[in-house]
Amino acid sequence: MDDTELDRNSSNPSGGAPSRRTLLRCMAWAGAGTLWSVVGGVPTPFRLGTGEAQAAPASGFAFVQISDSHIGFRGDANPDPNGTLTTALQRIATLPQKPAMIVHTGDVSHLAKPEQFDAAEQLMKTAKLPVHYIPGEHDTLVDDGKPFFARFSPDVKTGGWYSFDQGGVHFVALVNVVGLQVGGLGHLGNEQIEWLERDLKGRSASTPIVVMAHMPMWSLYPQWGWGTDDGDKALAYLKRFGSVTVLNGHIHQVVQKVEGHVTFQTAMSTAYPQPTAGDGPGPGPLKVPTEKLASMLGVREVAVKGHTLAWSDTTLGT
Amino acid sequence: MPRISNRLLGAATAAVLGVINLTPVVFAQSAAPSMPGMDHMAMPTSQAAMPAAGPNQVIINNFAFGPTMLTVKAGTTVTWINKDGDAHTVTGVGAKPLFGSQPLDTGDSFSFTFKDPGSYAYFCKIHPTMKGVVIVQ
Repeated sequence: MDDTELDRNSSNPSGGAPSRRTLLRCMAWAGAGTLWSVVGGVPTPFRLGTGEAQAAPASGFAFVQISDSHIGFRGDANPDPNGTLTTALQRIATLPQKPAMIVHTGDVSHLAKPEQFDAAEQLMKTAKLPVHYIPGEHDTLVDDGKPFFARFSPDVKTGGWYSFDQGGVHFVALVNVVGLQVGGLGHLGNEQIEWLERDLKGRSASTPIVVMAHMPMWSLYPQWGWGTDDGDKALAYLKRFGSVTVLNGHIHQVVQKVEGHVTFQTAMSTAYPQPTAGDGPGPGPLKVPTEKLASMLGVREVAVKGHTLAWSDTTLGT
Repeated sequence: MPRISNRLLGAATAAVLGVINLTPVVFAQSAAPSMPGMDHMAMPTSQAAMPAAGPNQVIINNFAFGPTMLTVKAGTTVTWINKDGDAHTVTGVGAKPLFGSQPLDTGDSFSFTFKDPGSYAYFCKIHPTMKGVVIVQ
Protein backbone atom coordinates (compact mmCIF):
# COMPACT_ATOMS: atom_id res chain seq x y z
CA MET A 1 0.00 0.00 0.00
CA ASP A 2 1.26 3.45 -0.78
CA ASP A 3 0.64 6.41 1.47
CA THR A 4 -1.90 7.94 -0.84
CA GLU A 5 -4.07 4.91 -0.68
CA LEU A 6 -4.12 4.77 3.08
CA ASP A 7 -4.70 8.49 3.32
CA ARG A 8 -7.70 8.21 1.09
CA ASN A 9 -9.19 5.51 3.25
CA SER A 10 -8.28 7.25 6.43
CA SER A 11 -9.91 10.47 5.42
CA ASN A 12 -13.11 8.70 4.56
CA PRO A 13 -13.94 6.87 7.75
CA SER A 14 -17.64 6.58 7.10
CA GLY A 15 -17.36 6.25 3.37
CA GLY A 16 -17.50 3.34 1.01
CA ALA A 17 -15.80 0.02 1.10
CA PRO A 18 -12.15 -0.36 0.35
CA SER A 19 -11.37 -0.81 -3.29
CA ARG A 20 -11.01 -4.22 -4.81
CA ARG A 21 -7.35 -3.52 -5.29
CA THR A 22 -6.98 -2.68 -1.65
CA LEU A 23 -8.61 -5.90 -0.61
CA LEU A 24 -6.39 -7.88 -2.89
CA ARG A 25 -3.42 -6.36 -1.21
CA CYS A 26 -4.87 -7.05 2.18
CA MET A 27 -5.22 -10.69 1.32
CA ALA A 28 -1.70 -10.79 0.02
CA TRP A 29 -0.46 -9.38 3.27
CA ALA A 30 -2.03 -12.08 5.32
CA GLY A 31 0.94 -14.23 4.61
CA ALA A 32 3.24 -11.51 5.86
CA GLY A 33 1.74 -11.46 9.32
CA THR A 34 -0.96 -8.84 9.13
CA LEU A 35 -4.43 -10.15 9.74
CA TRP A 36 -6.77 -7.27 9.22
CA SER A 37 -7.37 -3.79 10.34
CA VAL A 38 -10.04 -1.17 10.45
CA VAL A 39 -9.79 2.54 9.91
CA GLY A 40 -12.60 4.59 11.31
CA GLY A 41 -14.95 1.65 11.47
CA VAL A 42 -14.41 0.57 7.88
CA PRO A 43 -11.94 -2.22 7.29
CA THR A 44 -8.91 -1.13 5.39
CA PRO A 45 -5.58 -2.79 5.15
CA PHE A 46 -2.80 -1.75 7.37
CA ARG A 47 0.51 -3.44 7.51
CA LEU A 48 2.92 -3.91 10.34
CA GLY A 49 6.61 -4.32 9.95
CA THR A 50 7.09 -2.20 6.87
CA GLY A 51 7.83 1.32 5.93
CA GLU A 52 4.23 1.87 4.88
CA ALA A 53 2.98 1.37 8.38
CA GLN A 54 5.45 3.89 9.63
CA ALA A 55 4.50 6.45 7.04
CA ALA A 56 0.76 6.16 7.46
CA PRO A 57 0.26 7.58 10.94
CA ALA A 58 3.16 9.99 10.78
CA SER A 59 1.17 12.82 12.30
CA GLY A 60 -0.41 10.69 14.99
CA PHE A 61 0.80 8.12 17.43
CA ALA A 62 0.58 4.41 18.00
CA PHE A 63 0.04 2.21 20.98
CA VAL A 64 0.06 -1.51 21.58
CA GLN A 65 -2.42 -3.80 23.28
CA ILE A 66 -1.21 -6.98 24.90
CA SER A 67 -3.40 -9.29 26.90
CA ASP A 68 -3.66 -12.43 28.95
CA SER A 69 0.00 -13.02 29.72
CA HIS A 70 -0.98 -15.44 32.55
CA ILE A 71 2.40 -15.27 34.22
CA GLY A 72 2.57 -18.26 36.54
CA PHE A 73 0.66 -20.61 34.24
CA ARG A 74 2.43 -23.96 34.09
CA GLY A 75 0.19 -26.19 32.04
CA ASP A 76 0.93 -28.09 28.87
CA ALA A 77 -0.54 -25.40 26.65
CA ASN A 78 2.52 -23.22 27.31
CA PRO A 79 5.28 -24.29 29.67
CA ASP A 80 6.97 -20.90 29.35
CA PRO A 81 4.56 -17.93 29.45
CA ASN A 82 7.45 -15.70 30.59
CA GLY A 83 9.25 -16.57 27.39
CA THR A 84 6.31 -15.85 25.13
CA LEU A 85 5.63 -12.53 26.88
CA THR A 86 9.28 -11.67 26.32
CA THR A 87 8.89 -12.53 22.65
CA ALA A 88 5.83 -10.31 22.46
CA LEU A 89 7.74 -7.41 24.00
CA GLN A 90 10.61 -7.97 21.61
CA ARG A 91 8.14 -7.85 18.76
CA ILE A 92 6.84 -4.54 20.04
CA ALA A 93 10.39 -3.21 20.20
CA THR A 94 10.85 -3.85 16.49
CA LEU A 95 7.75 -1.97 15.35
CA PRO A 96 8.64 0.66 12.77
CA GLN A 97 6.70 3.32 14.63
CA LYS A 98 7.63 3.33 18.28
CA PRO A 99 4.45 2.99 20.35
CA ALA A 100 3.71 5.73 22.83
CA MET A 101 2.50 3.20 25.38
CA ILE A 102 1.25 -0.30 26.03
CA VAL A 103 -2.16 -1.21 27.35
CA HIS A 104 -2.43 -4.57 29.08
CA THR A 105 -6.02 -5.77 29.09
CA GLY A 106 -5.76 -8.17 31.97
CA ASP A 107 -4.93 -11.62 33.24
CA VAL A 108 -1.43 -10.32 33.74
CA SER A 109 -0.97 -13.18 36.21
CA HIS A 110 -2.48 -16.63 36.41
CA LEU A 111 -3.29 -16.80 40.12
CA ALA A 112 -2.75 -13.28 41.48
CA LYS A 113 0.29 -14.39 43.45
CA PRO A 114 2.82 -11.73 44.45
CA GLU A 115 5.66 -13.54 42.73
CA GLN A 116 3.61 -13.71 39.54
CA PHE A 117 2.88 -9.99 39.67
CA ASP A 118 6.58 -9.41 40.34
CA ALA A 119 7.70 -11.46 37.36
CA ALA A 120 5.19 -9.79 35.07
CA GLU A 121 6.15 -6.32 36.21
CA GLN A 122 9.84 -6.99 35.68
CA LEU A 123 9.24 -8.36 32.20
CA MET A 124 6.99 -5.44 31.24
CA LYS A 125 9.65 -2.99 32.38
CA THR A 126 11.97 -4.29 29.69
CA ALA A 127 9.71 -2.67 27.10
CA LYS A 128 10.73 0.74 28.49
CA LEU A 129 7.29 2.13 27.68
CA PRO A 130 4.47 3.43 29.88
CA VAL A 131 2.01 0.63 30.57
CA HIS A 132 -1.64 1.07 31.48
CA TYR A 133 -3.08 -1.99 33.17
CA ILE A 134 -6.53 -3.30 33.85
CA PRO A 135 -7.13 -6.58 35.66
CA GLY A 136 -8.56 -9.84 34.46
CA GLU A 137 -10.46 -12.16 36.75
CA HIS A 138 -7.26 -14.09 37.41
CA ASP A 139 -5.67 -10.90 38.77
CA THR A 140 -8.48 -10.19 41.21
CA LEU A 141 -8.70 -13.61 42.85
CA VAL A 142 -7.16 -12.28 46.03
CA ASP A 143 -8.90 -9.60 48.10
CA ASP A 144 -10.99 -8.31 45.19
CA GLY A 145 -7.89 -7.29 43.32
CA LYS A 146 -6.42 -4.92 45.90
CA PRO A 147 -2.88 -6.34 45.50
CA PHE A 148 -3.20 -5.92 41.73
CA PHE A 149 -4.41 -2.34 41.91
CA ALA A 150 -1.80 -1.41 44.50
CA ARG A 151 0.93 -2.56 42.19
CA PHE A 152 -0.29 -1.78 38.70
CA SER A 153 -2.50 1.27 39.10
CA PRO A 154 -1.54 2.73 42.48
CA ASP A 155 -2.82 6.22 41.69
CA VAL A 156 -6.31 5.03 40.87
CA LYS A 157 -9.15 5.41 43.31
CA THR A 158 -11.14 2.57 44.81
CA GLY A 159 -12.69 0.42 42.15
CA GLY A 160 -9.76 0.46 39.79
CA TRP A 161 -11.35 2.20 36.80
CA TYR A 162 -9.83 5.32 35.29
CA SER A 163 -9.50 7.40 32.16
CA PHE A 164 -6.86 9.53 30.50
CA ASP A 165 -6.26 11.45 27.30
CA GLN A 166 -3.51 10.96 24.83
CA GLY A 167 -3.04 12.42 21.38
CA GLY A 168 -6.64 13.58 21.15
CA VAL A 169 -8.01 10.16 22.09
CA HIS A 170 -9.92 9.60 25.32
CA PHE A 171 -8.98 6.29 26.92
CA VAL A 172 -11.34 4.64 29.39
CA ALA A 173 -10.11 1.72 31.47
CA LEU A 174 -12.94 -0.34 32.94
CA VAL A 175 -12.99 -3.19 35.45
CA ASN A 176 -15.54 -5.91 34.72
CA VAL A 177 -13.98 -8.78 36.65
CA VAL A 178 -14.68 -7.92 40.29
CA GLY A 179 -17.73 -9.14 42.15
CA LEU A 180 -18.62 -11.84 39.65
CA GLN A 181 -21.78 -13.62 40.70
CA VAL A 182 -22.64 -17.27 40.43
CA GLY A 183 -23.77 -18.12 36.94
CA GLY A 184 -22.97 -14.61 35.79
CA LEU A 185 -20.90 -12.78 33.25
CA GLY A 186 -18.49 -9.92 33.56
CA HIS A 187 -19.88 -7.10 35.63
CA LEU A 188 -19.27 -3.36 35.83
CA GLY A 189 -21.68 -2.29 38.57
CA ASN A 190 -23.71 0.87 38.91
CA GLU A 191 -20.99 2.87 40.64
CA GLN A 192 -18.63 2.37 37.71
CA ILE A 193 -21.32 3.03 35.11
CA GLU A 194 -22.28 6.25 36.85
CA TRP A 195 -18.63 7.24 36.88
CA LEU A 196 -18.48 6.51 33.14
CA GLU A 197 -21.48 8.73 32.50
CA ARG A 198 -19.78 11.60 34.37
CA ASP A 199 -16.46 10.91 32.67
CA LEU A 200 -17.95 11.15 29.19
CA LYS A 201 -20.33 14.02 29.86
CA GLY A 202 -19.47 17.18 27.99
CA ARG A 203 -16.94 15.55 25.70
CA SER A 204 -17.31 16.25 22.02
CA ALA A 205 -18.91 13.45 20.03
CA SER A 206 -16.00 13.71 17.62
CA THR A 207 -13.51 12.65 20.31
CA PRO A 208 -12.25 9.17 19.50
CA ILE A 209 -12.89 6.89 22.46
CA VAL A 210 -10.90 3.79 23.29
CA VAL A 211 -12.41 1.59 25.98
CA MET A 212 -10.40 -1.14 27.65
CA ALA A 213 -12.03 -3.95 29.61
CA HIS A 214 -10.89 -7.49 30.16
CA MET A 215 -14.02 -9.47 29.46
CA PRO A 216 -15.86 -8.93 26.19
CA MET A 217 -18.26 -6.02 26.54
CA TRP A 218 -20.89 -7.73 24.46
CA SER A 219 -22.57 -11.13 24.76
CA LEU A 220 -20.09 -13.05 22.70
CA TYR A 221 -20.78 -16.48 24.21
CA PRO A 222 -22.56 -16.27 27.55
CA GLN A 223 -22.51 -20.04 28.00
CA TRP A 224 -18.80 -19.68 28.71
CA GLY A 225 -19.17 -16.40 30.53
CA TRP A 226 -17.93 -14.42 27.54
CA GLY A 227 -19.82 -11.20 28.04
CA THR A 228 -20.61 -8.41 30.49
CA ASP A 229 -24.06 -8.48 32.05
CA ASP A 230 -24.40 -4.70 32.30
CA GLY A 231 -22.24 -3.85 29.29
CA ASP A 232 -25.23 -2.36 27.49
CA LYS A 233 -25.63 0.27 30.18
CA ALA A 234 -22.08 1.44 29.57
CA LEU A 235 -22.51 1.37 25.83
CA ALA A 236 -25.56 3.60 26.08
CA TYR A 237 -23.21 6.41 27.11
CA LEU A 238 -20.70 5.60 24.39
CA LYS A 239 -23.04 5.39 21.39
CA ARG A 240 -23.15 9.10 20.68
CA PHE A 241 -19.44 9.22 19.89
CA GLY A 242 -18.38 8.92 16.29
CA SER A 243 -15.54 6.50 16.90
CA VAL A 244 -15.54 4.04 19.78
CA THR A 245 -13.07 1.20 19.94
CA VAL A 246 -13.53 -1.38 22.68
CA LEU A 247 -10.42 -3.45 23.37
CA ASN A 248 -11.03 -6.66 25.28
CA GLY A 249 -9.03 -9.74 26.18
CA HIS A 250 -10.15 -12.85 28.07
CA ILE A 251 -10.90 -15.21 25.20
CA HIS A 252 -7.34 -15.52 23.83
CA GLN A 253 -8.29 -15.02 20.20
CA VAL A 254 -9.32 -12.24 17.87
CA VAL A 255 -13.03 -11.69 17.51
CA GLN A 256 -14.53 -8.51 16.15
CA LYS A 257 -17.99 -7.05 16.22
CA VAL A 258 -19.11 -3.75 14.76
CA GLU A 259 -22.23 -2.07 16.06
CA GLY A 260 -22.85 1.38 14.65
CA HIS A 261 -19.83 3.49 15.48
CA VAL A 262 -18.68 1.03 18.12
CA THR A 263 -16.14 -1.61 17.22
CA PHE A 264 -15.43 -4.40 19.68
CA GLN A 265 -12.15 -6.23 19.49
CA THR A 266 -10.85 -9.10 21.54
CA ALA A 267 -7.14 -9.81 21.43
CA MET A 268 -4.83 -12.75 21.27
CA SER A 269 -3.07 -13.87 24.43
CA THR A 270 0.68 -13.88 24.88
CA ALA A 271 0.41 -17.17 26.80
CA TYR A 272 -1.89 -19.75 25.23
CA PRO A 273 -4.85 -19.98 22.86
CA GLN A 274 -8.36 -21.01 23.80
CA PRO A 275 -10.94 -22.83 21.72
CA THR A 276 -13.42 -20.95 19.60
CA ALA A 277 -16.79 -20.41 21.23
CA GLY A 278 -18.59 -23.64 22.04
CA ASP A 279 -15.85 -25.89 20.72
CA GLY A 280 -15.31 -28.38 23.52
CA PRO A 281 -16.42 -28.52 27.13
CA GLY A 282 -15.10 -25.15 28.20
CA PRO A 283 -12.76 -22.26 27.52
CA GLY A 284 -9.66 -23.98 28.84
CA PRO A 285 -6.10 -23.66 27.62
CA LEU A 286 -5.82 -25.12 24.14
CA LYS A 287 -2.83 -27.37 23.63
CA VAL A 288 -1.47 -27.09 20.13
CA PRO A 289 1.69 -28.55 18.64
CA THR A 290 4.68 -26.68 20.06
CA GLU A 291 5.72 -25.37 16.66
CA LYS A 292 2.26 -23.84 16.18
CA LEU A 293 1.98 -22.04 19.50
CA ALA A 294 3.63 -18.78 18.44
CA SER A 295 1.25 -18.49 15.50
CA MET A 296 -1.67 -18.37 17.91
CA LEU A 297 -0.24 -15.75 20.24
CA GLY A 298 0.14 -12.12 19.38
CA VAL A 299 0.02 -8.41 19.98
CA ARG A 300 -2.11 -5.64 18.53
CA GLU A 301 -0.84 -2.31 17.32
CA VAL A 302 -3.23 0.60 17.08
CA ALA A 303 -2.20 3.62 15.03
CA VAL A 304 -4.03 6.86 15.65
CA LYS A 305 -4.18 9.61 13.10
CA GLY A 306 -6.56 12.43 13.77
CA HIS A 307 -9.95 10.95 14.45
CA THR A 308 -9.22 7.61 12.91
CA LEU A 309 -7.71 4.48 14.32
CA ALA A 310 -6.11 1.66 12.41
CA TRP A 311 -5.31 -1.55 14.14
CA SER A 312 -3.43 -4.63 13.24
CA ASP A 313 -2.96 -7.97 14.96
CA THR A 314 0.38 -9.62 14.62
CA THR A 315 1.21 -13.15 15.68
CA LEU A 316 4.44 -14.06 17.44
CA GLY A 317 5.25 -16.59 14.73
CA THR A 318 3.94 -18.14 11.58
CA MET B 1 -2.19 -14.06 -4.75
CA PRO B 2 -5.39 -15.40 -3.22
CA ARG B 3 -8.53 -14.80 -5.20
CA ILE B 4 -10.99 -12.30 -3.90
CA SER B 5 -14.61 -13.24 -4.15
CA ASN B 6 -17.57 -10.93 -4.35
CA ARG B 7 -18.68 -12.40 -1.07
CA LEU B 8 -15.60 -11.01 0.59
CA LEU B 9 -16.17 -7.61 -0.91
CA GLY B 10 -19.70 -7.76 0.43
CA ALA B 11 -18.41 -8.59 3.84
CA ALA B 12 -16.09 -5.62 3.72
CA THR B 13 -18.91 -3.33 2.78
CA ALA B 14 -20.73 -4.53 5.84
CA ALA B 15 -17.78 -3.19 7.80
CA VAL B 16 -16.38 -6.48 8.90
CA LEU B 17 -13.42 -8.03 7.21
CA GLY B 18 -11.58 -11.02 8.48
CA VAL B 19 -8.61 -12.57 6.80
CA ILE B 20 -8.35 -16.08 8.11
CA ASN B 21 -4.94 -17.33 7.38
CA LEU B 22 -2.33 -17.42 10.07
CA THR B 23 -4.32 -17.26 13.24
CA PRO B 24 -7.80 -17.82 14.54
CA VAL B 25 -9.46 -14.67 13.39
CA VAL B 26 -13.16 -14.93 13.89
CA PHE B 27 -15.72 -12.31 13.24
CA ALA B 28 -19.13 -12.13 14.75
CA GLN B 29 -21.82 -9.83 13.48
CA SER B 30 -24.15 -10.78 16.29
CA ALA B 31 -24.12 -12.52 19.60
CA ALA B 32 -24.81 -15.80 17.88
CA PRO B 33 -22.32 -18.44 18.88
CA SER B 34 -22.14 -19.95 15.42
CA MET B 35 -18.83 -18.48 14.45
CA PRO B 36 -16.59 -19.86 11.77
CA GLY B 37 -13.66 -21.37 13.55
CA MET B 38 -10.32 -22.59 12.48
CA ASP B 39 -9.53 -26.25 12.30
CA HIS B 40 -8.16 -27.17 15.64
CA MET B 41 -4.86 -28.88 15.59
CA ALA B 42 -5.55 -30.29 19.01
CA MET B 43 -8.36 -30.62 21.44
CA PRO B 44 -8.56 -28.65 24.67
CA THR B 45 -6.41 -30.12 27.38
CA SER B 46 -9.52 -30.59 29.46
CA GLN B 47 -11.07 -32.87 26.88
CA ALA B 48 -10.40 -36.06 28.86
CA ALA B 49 -13.30 -37.92 30.39
CA MET B 50 -14.36 -36.88 33.88
CA PRO B 51 -12.29 -38.85 36.38
CA ALA B 52 -14.30 -40.74 38.96
CA ALA B 53 -14.62 -38.99 42.29
CA GLY B 54 -14.03 -40.94 45.48
CA PRO B 55 -16.34 -40.76 48.50
CA ASN B 56 -16.84 -37.22 49.74
CA GLN B 57 -14.85 -35.91 46.82
CA VAL B 58 -15.63 -33.51 44.04
CA ILE B 59 -13.45 -33.60 40.96
CA ILE B 60 -13.05 -30.43 38.92
CA ASN B 61 -12.59 -31.21 35.27
CA ASN B 62 -13.86 -29.98 31.89
CA PHE B 63 -15.05 -26.76 33.53
CA ALA B 64 -17.46 -28.64 35.77
CA PHE B 65 -17.75 -29.91 39.32
CA GLY B 66 -18.41 -33.64 39.50
CA PRO B 67 -20.66 -34.68 41.00
CA THR B 68 -22.52 -31.42 40.66
CA MET B 69 -24.61 -32.34 43.70
CA LEU B 70 -22.93 -34.20 46.55
CA THR B 71 -24.88 -35.47 49.56
CA VAL B 72 -22.99 -36.13 52.80
CA LYS B 73 -23.71 -36.55 56.51
CA ALA B 74 -23.09 -33.71 58.95
CA GLY B 75 -19.48 -33.65 60.10
CA THR B 76 -18.14 -34.89 56.77
CA THR B 77 -15.05 -33.37 55.23
CA VAL B 78 -15.47 -32.80 51.50
CA THR B 79 -12.44 -32.50 49.26
CA TRP B 80 -12.36 -30.83 45.86
CA ILE B 81 -9.52 -31.77 43.53
CA ASN B 82 -8.74 -29.68 40.46
CA LYS B 83 -7.83 -32.02 37.63
CA ASP B 84 -8.60 -29.46 34.94
CA GLY B 85 -6.13 -27.65 32.72
CA ASP B 86 -7.17 -24.28 34.10
CA ALA B 87 -7.31 -22.78 37.59
CA HIS B 88 -10.59 -22.72 39.48
CA THR B 89 -11.99 -21.80 42.86
CA VAL B 90 -14.56 -23.37 45.18
CA THR B 91 -16.47 -20.36 46.46
CA GLY B 92 -19.62 -20.47 48.54
CA VAL B 93 -22.54 -18.49 47.16
CA GLY B 94 -23.69 -15.50 49.16
CA ALA B 95 -22.46 -12.27 50.65
CA LYS B 96 -20.62 -14.03 53.47
CA PRO B 97 -20.04 -17.56 52.27
CA LEU B 98 -19.30 -20.25 54.82
CA PHE B 99 -16.42 -21.61 52.81
CA GLY B 100 -14.13 -20.60 49.98
CA SER B 101 -10.86 -21.84 48.57
CA GLN B 102 -7.82 -20.03 47.41
CA PRO B 103 -7.31 -20.27 43.65
CA LEU B 104 -6.73 -23.93 42.86
CA ASP B 105 -4.16 -24.55 40.19
CA THR B 106 -4.12 -27.83 38.29
CA GLY B 107 -3.52 -30.57 40.84
CA ASP B 108 -4.42 -28.46 43.88
CA SER B 109 -7.15 -29.50 46.29
CA PHE B 110 -9.34 -27.91 48.94
CA SER B 111 -11.20 -29.44 51.87
CA PHE B 112 -13.98 -28.21 54.09
CA THR B 113 -15.85 -29.89 56.95
CA PHE B 114 -19.60 -29.35 56.94
CA LYS B 115 -20.86 -29.43 60.52
CA ASP B 116 -24.48 -28.42 60.08
CA PRO B 117 -27.21 -29.84 57.86
CA GLY B 118 -28.23 -27.66 54.97
CA SER B 119 -27.79 -26.97 51.28
CA TYR B 120 -24.53 -25.28 50.39
CA ALA B 121 -24.30 -23.87 46.89
CA TYR B 122 -20.91 -22.92 45.51
CA PHE B 123 -19.33 -21.80 42.25
CA CYS B 124 -15.99 -20.95 40.62
CA LYS B 125 -15.38 -17.24 40.81
CA ILE B 126 -12.97 -17.39 37.87
CA HIS B 127 -15.60 -19.11 35.75
CA PRO B 128 -18.94 -18.25 37.36
CA THR B 129 -20.87 -20.52 35.03
CA MET B 130 -19.42 -23.48 37.00
CA LYS B 131 -21.82 -24.35 39.81
CA GLY B 132 -22.25 -27.09 42.40
CA VAL B 133 -24.02 -27.85 45.65
CA VAL B 134 -23.29 -29.90 48.76
CA ILE B 135 -26.33 -31.28 50.61
CA VAL B 136 -25.52 -31.97 54.26
CA GLN B 137 -27.97 -34.25 56.07
